[in-house]
Amino acid sequence: MNLRRTAAMSRKEFTQILRDPRSLVIAVFLPLIQILLLGYGARLDANHIPVYVLDQEGSQSSQALLKAFQASPYFDVINAVNNYHALVRAIDADQCKLGIVIPWNFSERLDDAGRTSVQALVDGTDNNSAQLAEGYAQVVVATYARNVQLDWFARHGLSQQATSPLSVDYRTWFNEDLESKNFMIPATVALVMALMGALLSSLTIAREWERGTMEQLISTPVTALEIMVGKLVPYLFVGLIDAVLCVVFAVGWFAVPFRGSLGAFFFITTLFLVVILGIGYMISVATRSQLGASQYALLVTLLPTTMLSGFAFPIDQMPAPIRAFTYIVYSRYYVTALKRIFLSGAAINDLIPEIVALTIYAVVIGFFATRAFRKNLQ
Amino acid sequence: MNGVPSIVVDKLVKRFGGFIAVNQVSFEIRSGEIFGLLGPNGSGKSTTIRMLCGLLTPSSGCASVVGFDVARQAEEVRQHIGYMSQKFSLYNDLTAIENLQFFGGLYGVKGRALDERIAWALRMAGLAGSEQLLTGELSGGWKQRLALGCAVLHHPKVLFLDEATAGVDPLSRRQFWELIHQMSREGVTILVTTHYMDEAEYCNRLALIEEGRIVEIGTPTEIKQTSIKGDLLLIECSPLGGGLAAIKQAPGVLEASVFGAALHVVVSAGRQPLTELPAFLAARDVRVDRIELISPSLEDAFVSLTGSRALSGESFQ
Repeated sequence: MNLRRTAAMSRKEFTQILRDPRSLVIAVFLPLIQILLLGYGARLDANHIPVYVLDQEGSQSSQALLKAFQASPYFDVINAVNNYHALVRAIDADQCKLGIVIPWNFSERLDDAGRTSVQALVDGTDNNSAQLAEGYAQVVVATYARNVQLDWFARHGLSQQATSPLSVDYRTWFNEDLESKNFMIPATVALVMALMGALLSSLTIAREWERGTMEQLISTPVTALEIMVGKLVPYLFVGLIDAVLCVVFAVGWFAVPFRGSLGAFFFITTLFLVVILGIGYMISVATRSQLGASQYALLVTLLPTTMLSGFAFPIDQMPAPIRAFTYIVYSRYYVTALKRIFLSGAAINDLIPEIVALTIYAVVIGFFATRAFRKNLQ
Repeated sequence: MNGVPSIVVDKLVKRFGGFIAVNQVSFEIRSGEIFGLLGPNGSGKSTTIRMLCGLLTPSSGCASVVGFDVARQAEEVRQHIGYMSQKFSLYNDLTAIENLQFFGGLYGVKGRALDERIAWALRMAGLAGSEQLLTGELSGGWKQRLALGCAVLHHPKVLFLDEATAGVDPLSRRQFWELIHQMSREGVTILVTTHYMDEAEYCNRLALIEEGRIVEIGTPTEIKQTSIKGDLLLIECSPLGGGLAAIKQAPGVLEASVFGAALHVVVSAGRQPLTELPAFLAARDVRVDRIELISPSLEDAFVSLTGSRALSGESFQ
C-alpha cells in the first residue's frame, strides 16, 4: 500500500464530504437529530400520567390514598368525578390514562381489618404505558397498604418486627433511579454510529460509478486496497467526531453518567466503525447505485441495531432462537459495551468478550472488503 | 526511438456473453505515433482501448503496452499510460487544482515536480489564474484540456484518448489536437478513437474498424487511395432518391451513395462518365445540376470499405 496515493485518496474524499450537502447532513445533523429525538422520545418510563378519581366514600382514609397518588411523580390527579360513567367517558375521550375507583365502604372494611380493594381502570391502547401505569399504581397502593397495616399493628400493640419477619430491600446498581434514558441514550450512540457510518460509506463507491469518475480512477496506478482505505479513513474520522458529539450531548444535555474510561470508549467505537464502514463499503461495491446502496445500508445496519442489539428490547427476554441469533448481530456487542462503559464504569479489560467479538468481525469484514472491489469495468 | 513498437495487439478478442465486441484485432503502434481507431459507435473502439488500459480482460489474444502484458501486468501498464475516457470524468465538486493534485498524487508525482507539472497543466488548459474554480463550472473545452492535463501529469509514454473531443466546440478541438501533436513530437505514443473524419486526418496511421473487426490499416492517404477502386464523382441532381436508384443501373457504376445533398458515385476507371452519365440520367427524368471528378475523403473510403453509412452519424451510445 502506497501511503502517498492513499493520502491523495483520503484528501479528495474529505474535500468531497465538505462540499456535499447530503454527506454533511448525514455526518453532522443526522447524529444530532437522532440523539435529541431518541433522548426525548424513546423513553420507556412514564411520568405525569393523567388520572381521574371516583371517590365513592369521601372519607379521611380514601382521601389519604388519593393524596398518595397526588404525591407520586408518576401521576397527576387532574379531576374527580362523581359517577362511574363519567370516569369511563373520560378514559374513552382520552382525558386520562388511569381511573381510580374507591368503593363506598373503603374505610369501614379497612378498620375491620378485612380486605378491601380499589379499582383501577387503565387505558390499554398503549400497552407499554398501560403496564407502567398499572405497575406504578400498584406500588402506590401497596405503600399505602403497608402504612395502614403498620398503623393497625401499632394500635393493637404489636411490634413491627414480630409481624414483618422478612422484607426485601431492593437496591439498583448502575442506574439507581431506573431512568430509561440512562440506558437508552448510550445505546443511541450505537444507532448513530451504525446509521451515519453505513450511509456515508455505502455512497462512496457508488458515487464514483454514478458520476462516471470510476473509469478514470481505475486507469491510474492506485490499488483497490488504497482506494478502500483512502476512502474510509475520512469516514472513520467523521465517525469519531460524531462519537465525541454523542458523549457531549449524553452527558452535558441529558445528564447521563459516563463512568467508564474514555480510552475504552474510543477503542471500541473505532472497532465498531471499522465493521460498519466495511459493510457499507461492500454494499457500495455491490450495488453501484447510491440509492440502492443507501437502502441496503439501512436494512443491514439499522434494523439489527434497533431490534436485535438490546437497544430497545432486552435480549434476555427474547425467545431462545432469536436470542441465539443476536450473537451474530455485531451491534449487540457494541451496545453492551456502551451501556457498561457509560453506566457501570467499565474499562478496556472489563470488555474483553465484546472487544474479541468485534475484532473478529472487523477482521472478517476487512478481509472480504479488501477483496470486494476489483479494478475492472466488468 | 521511432520504429520501436510501443503497443502490440495480437488477435485480441472480447466477448460479452454471445456478443463479440472485438474480433481478432491486430495492430502495432510505434513510439511517438498518433494512431487512430476510426469506426461507428459500437464498433469495438472503446472496448479495445479499455483492454489496452487493463480495464477489461481480453477473452483471448494478447496485447502489450510498453512491453507489459495488459492482462497479466495491468498495474505496470497503468504506471506508464494516461487515459481519457469517453465521458468527462474529473470530479466536478473539486476545483481545477484539486483535481490535478489528486491525480498527481495517484500517479506518484510529488514535490516540486508536481508543482511544475500542475503549473504546466493549468497553462496548457488556459486555466492559470482560474485554478480555484470548481471543475463543474468550467466550459467543455476547458474541462477537456484539464482532463488531458490530469491524464499526462506523470509524463506517460502512452496516451489513450477515447472519443476525447466528443461534445467540444471546433475551436477547442483544434487547440486540443495541437497539444496532441506536440506530445507526439515529444515521443508520446497516442492512440485515439474517433468518429470525426477531420480528426482521423490528423492521425499518422488509422485502423478502420467495423463490428469488431479491422477492415483496413494505413495512413489516411493510403486508405483513401487503395479503398476506391475507380474514379469518384460528385453528382448533384434532382430528385436525389430517383437519381440514386437510377444511377445504380448505369453501366460502369460500381458504387453510389448519398453524401449530404449530393451523390458520390464510384465508376470504373477509364470510362467517360462525365458525358455518359448525365445523358443516362436525363433519359430517366433525373436532372443533373452538377457533375465533377473529386478526390475521395476518408468517409468515402469508409463507405466503400464497409458499405456502411453509420460513421457520418453523430449518434452517441
